[in-house]
Amino acid sequence: MAAGKRKATERRKDGKGIQDTSMGPPAVPSFRRIGKAFRKVDATAKVTGVTKFADDLFLPRMLFAKVLRSTQPHARIRRIDVSRALALDGVHAVLTGRDLPIPFGILPVSQDEHALALDKVRFVGDPVAAVAARSEEIATAALDLIVVEYEPLAAIASAEDAVETPDPRIHDYGHGGNLHKVVSLEFGDVERGFAEADLVREDLLFFEGSTHLPMEQHAAVADWSPDRKLTLWSSTQTPHYVHRALAQVLELPPARIRVIATPNGGAFGGKSDPFSHEIVVAKLAMVTGRPVKITLTREEVFYCHRGRHPTLMWVKTGVKRDGAITAMHFRSLLDGGAYGSYGVASTYYTGALQTVTYHIPRYKFQGARAFTNKPPCGPKRGHGTPQPRFALEVHLDKIAEQLGLDPAELRLRHLVPPDSVTANYLRVGSIGLGDCIRKVVDGSGWKDHFRKLPFGQGVGLACSSYLTGAGLPVYWNDMPHSGVQLKCDRGGGVTVFCGSTEIGQGSDSVLAIIVAEVLGLDPFDVAVVAADTDLTPVDLGSYSSRVTLMTGNAAIQAAERARDILARYAGERLGVSAVRVRFADGRVCDAADPTRAISFAEAVQLAEAAQGTVGTMGSYTPPRSPASGRYRGAGVGPSPAYSYSAAVAEVVVEPDTGIVRVPRIWIAHDVGRCINAAAVIGQIEGSVYMGLGEALMEEMPYRANRHVVHKIPSLLEYKSPTTLEMCDVVTYIVEHPDPNGPFGAKEAGQGPLLPVMPAVANAVYDAVGVRVDEVPITPEKVLKALKRKAKGEPPRYGPTSFPAIPWPEPTYVPPPWEDVDTIATASRHR
Amino acid sequence: MPAISFVLNGRSRTVTVAADTPLLWVLRDTLGMTGTKFGCGVAQCGACTVHVDGAATRTCVLPVSSVAGKHVTTIEGLSPNRSHPVQRAWIEEDVPQCGYCQSGQIMAAAALLAQTAHPTDADIDEAMTNICRCGTYQRIRAAIHRAAKGA
Repeated sequence: MAAGKRKATERRKDGKGIQDTSMGPPAVPSFRRIGKAFRKVDATAKVTGVTKFADDLFLPRMLFAKVLRSTQPHARIRRIDVSRALALDGVHAVLTGRDLPIPFGILPVSQDEHALALDKVRFVGDPVAAVAARSEEIATAALDLIVVEYEPLAAIASAEDAVETPDPRIHDYGHGGNLHKVVSLEFGDVERGFAEADLVREDLLFFEGSTHLPMEQHAAVADWSPDRKLTLWSSTQTPHYVHRALAQVLELPPARIRVIATPNGGAFGGKSDPFSHEIVVAKLAMVTGRPVKITLTREEVFYCHRGRHPTLMWVKTGVKRDGAITAMHFRSLLDGGAYGSYGVASTYYTGALQTVTYHIPRYKFQGARAFTNKPPCGPKRGHGTPQPRFALEVHLDKIAEQLGLDPAELRLRHLVPPDSVTANYLRVGSIGLGDCIRKVVDGSGWKDHFRKLPFGQGVGLACSSYLTGAGLPVYWNDMPHSGVQLKCDRGGGVTVFCGSTEIGQGSDSVLAIIVAEVLGLDPFDVAVVAADTDLTPVDLGSYSSRVTLMTGNAAIQAAERARDILARYAGERLGVSAVRVRFADGRVCDAADPTRAISFAEAVQLAEAAQGTVGTMGSYTPPRSPASGRYRGAGVGPSPAYSYSAAVAEVVVEPDTGIVRVPRIWIAHDVGRCINAAAVIGQIEGSVYMGLGEALMEEMPYRANRHVVHKIPSLLEYKSPTTLEMCDVVTYIVEHPDPNGPFGAKEAGQGPLLPVMPAVANAVYDAVGVRVDEVPITPEKVLKALKRKAKGEPPRYGPTSFPAIPWPEPTYVPPPWEDVDTIATASRHR
Repeated sequence: MPAISFVLNGRSRTVTVAADTPLLWVLRDTLGMTGTKFGCGVAQCGACTVHVDGAATRTCVLPVSSVAGKHVTTIEGLSPNRSHPVQRAWIEEDVPQCGYCQSGQIMAAAALLAQTAHPTDADIDEAMTNICRCGTYQRIRAAIHRAAKGA
C-alpha cells in the first residue's frame, strides 16, 4: 500500500467511534532537546567502570551476610539450632524467623512472606536463617553449622497439581485449597456474541515461566548509626516500597530509615518486590552495630525469581467473515510459586489488555493463580501480559487463515479507535497501531513473503500493547505517584531531585532532558539526584513502564514553575513582559529580539536576589479511570496511555533438527513522542532480545519428582541468547502523541517485548506448517510437531486440556455501549 | 598464604592471599578495583573479563596464582580518561543500558581489536561471547566496527 498517503476514515459498524487510519505524520512542535538522540547522562561512567553498583560499596568495619535456604520444597520447621554457628570464630550474629516475625509482601492483600521462615518453608530456596560474619567465607562456613529439622509435607509441583490437591495447603489464605486468586468477569453477554459469529474458534496455549536473569545479582548494604538511624543501599527498582517494608518489619519509624537505590545492573521486574535479604541485612546491622553487606549468589537469584508466571490459556473467539470480533472468552491458569508477590495483579493482567488492540464488543475473562512449592513468580518485563498476548496473536493468526484473510489486514480492519473506552472500561488515548502494522508490513516485504517462501523459511506477524504506568498505586492512596523537586543554582546549574530509579532504562536521562528542554539548558548541565528516600520526593518505582510518563510530567511541572519565576525577573531586566521571555542554549532572551539576552545564571541571580532561593516542585497523579469503582479488579489495566507495537519475524527452521533461527525482526513501536531517540531504540532492541529468548529457549524447569528442585539455577545451563542467537532488529519509531504523556510520550521499555513470541510462533507455522502452541519453541517441540504432521496427525505441539476449575459466577458488567448511564452521558456531550 | 606479584594497570602489585583465590576477588575485594564485575561464577557470562598479557580472560574462576608475573589490565586501566577507541565508540553508539556487563564487553572488544584491527561480523561472533541481558548486542557490534575505524 502507498505508505504516507493512504487515509481511510470509517465509522465503526457498531457506531462506537471513528477509526482514523491516517498515515500523515502528526504535527511536530519545535523541540530543541526532545526527540534527539542523546547519549545517556550516565554513559561515560558506565564505560569506565566507575558506576557504583550495590556490591561495589565497601564501608569501614563492614560485615558480610549469608542466608541459609530451605532444602525442602514444603515442610514444617521442627527445630533450628544455631548454637554451633554462633560459636564459630568471626561470626557476629545469627538470625532466624523468630527475630523477624512480622510478615510483609508487596501487595497489601498478600502479606504472606517472612524475612526468614517462621515455622514453615514453601520452596527449595526459601530463606530460613542468616549469618553476619567477618568475611563471606566465615559466613558461608557458619551456614553449614546451622541445624534445621524439617517435617516434610506433600509438595505441589504445578498449577494443575494445585487445582487437584487442595491439601495440604501451602498458605492458609487465598481463594481456597491451593488456589490463591480466582477471577471471573463478563463484560457483555459473550454467548450472544458467539451466536452472532460466522466462525467460533477455540485454542489452548501454554507459556512457560522464565526469569529476569539480571547480570547483577541482588545486593544490599545496611548501616545502623549510633543515633538509631538505618541506611540501606540496595539494588532495587522500588526504594519507596522497600522503605515501607523495612518500617513495617523492623518496627522503625519511616523517618529513621533511609533507602538509597543504587543503579540497578539489570532488573526487568526482578527487583521490584521488597526482599528477605534487604530486611535481613538491615536487622543484622542493627544487631551488630556494624555495616553489613549481602550479595546473593547467582543460584540465589534464581530462587528470588519473581519471574514470568507459567500460564496455561484457553481462548474462544467469535468472528464475522471480515474478521470483526463478536465476543471473546479468555481463561488463564497461572503457576504462582510459593508466595503472593504481585500475583493478584499478575492474574488480572492476564485478562486486562486483550481489549485495547482490536475492538472486542463482548468479553469474558476467568483467571486463576495457584500456589505451588516453587520460587515465587511475579512481574517480569510485560507483567502478566506477554502470556495472553502470545495466545491472542497466535489464535488470531489461525482465525485469519480459516477466514482466508491476510493476518495484517484482519488486524488493520478492526483496531480500537483512538479516544475510546473498551468493553472493560479502559480509556484508550492515542493509538498508532495501524501505522505500526503498515511500517513492518512495508519494511519486511510481508506481502511478497507471507505463505510464499520455500519450505523451511517463514514470516510471522503479531501486535501488542502495554501500559504507560499503572493507573493505581500498589497500596491505595490519593497522593501523587511521582514527585520532583528542582533547585536552580546561582552558578547556572540545575539539580533535579526525584525518587525514580535508574535501572538501565535511562530514567536519569529522561529527567535531565525534560528539564533541559523547558529551561533551555544542556542536559549534561542538569544534575540528577534520584532514588534516595531522604533526599528525593516519592516516586513509586521503576515498574509498569511508568517513569517517563509520571516523573516526566512531574519534571515538566517543576521546570515550568522555575521557568515562570525566572522569566519574571529576567523580563524585568530585559524590559519585557514575562510571556515574551524565552529560554534556549543557556540564555534567557526576548522572544521578539533574541539578541537581547542574559545568561541563565544571571536570571537565577536576579530571582534569588529578589525572592530568595529558587526551588520548585512538581507532582503527577494519573487521571481517574472510567473503570474505577465499576467492578472488583478494575484497578488493574487502567493506564494514562497505552503504547503499541507490531512486529514481523523472519525464521529459518531446519526440518531435520527442529532448530529455529531468527535472522531478523522488524518492529514498529508507537512511543507517543520520543524523549530520547537513542534510548527509545535501545529499549526496543532490548525488548526484542528478551522476547527472542522467551520465544526460543528460556525456561525455568523443576524436577517435580525430586523435591521440586530447580534443574538449572546457573548461567551455565539457563539458556539466554548471546550475540550468535541475537537477530538483526529493524526498528521503526511511530509517534502518536498522547495527551497524557509528557510532550506526548508513552512507554518503550516493555511493550516491544510482547509481539516477539507470537510473531516467531506464527513464522514457524509459515515456514514448516506446524503449530507450536507453547513457548519456548525448542527444537524438540518442533520435531515432535513435524513427526505428527508426517504421520497425518494434527500438526501441532501444545497443551491439550484445561483443568476443571470451579469458576464462580462471573461479575456481569455491561460494556459502555450497553450501559444506560454511559450512553446517557455520551449523548449529553454530543 | 603466599605473596603473589603481578603488574596491574602498569603498576607492580603484591597480594598475600590463598593461591586459589579467583583473580576477580583479589581485584575487587583486596585491591578495590570494582569496575570488573561478578556475573555467574562459572566463566560463562564474561562480566569479569580483564586482559592477562593482552588476552581477554575471565577472572571469576581464574586462580590468582596463575597471573603471577603477568600483566593484568582492568577497565580502570584501559585508558586514563575514557579515550580508548572502544570506550569512545561505546559512548558514540550509546551502548550501555544498565552497564553492568559493559566493563567485560569493552575489555573483550578491546582485546579483539588489538588482535584483529578490522574484525568481520564473524570475528565479532567468535570473540564476543559475553552475555548482556539488556540486549545491547546490535550496538556492541556497531561500536566495534566504529572503534575499528578509530571511533
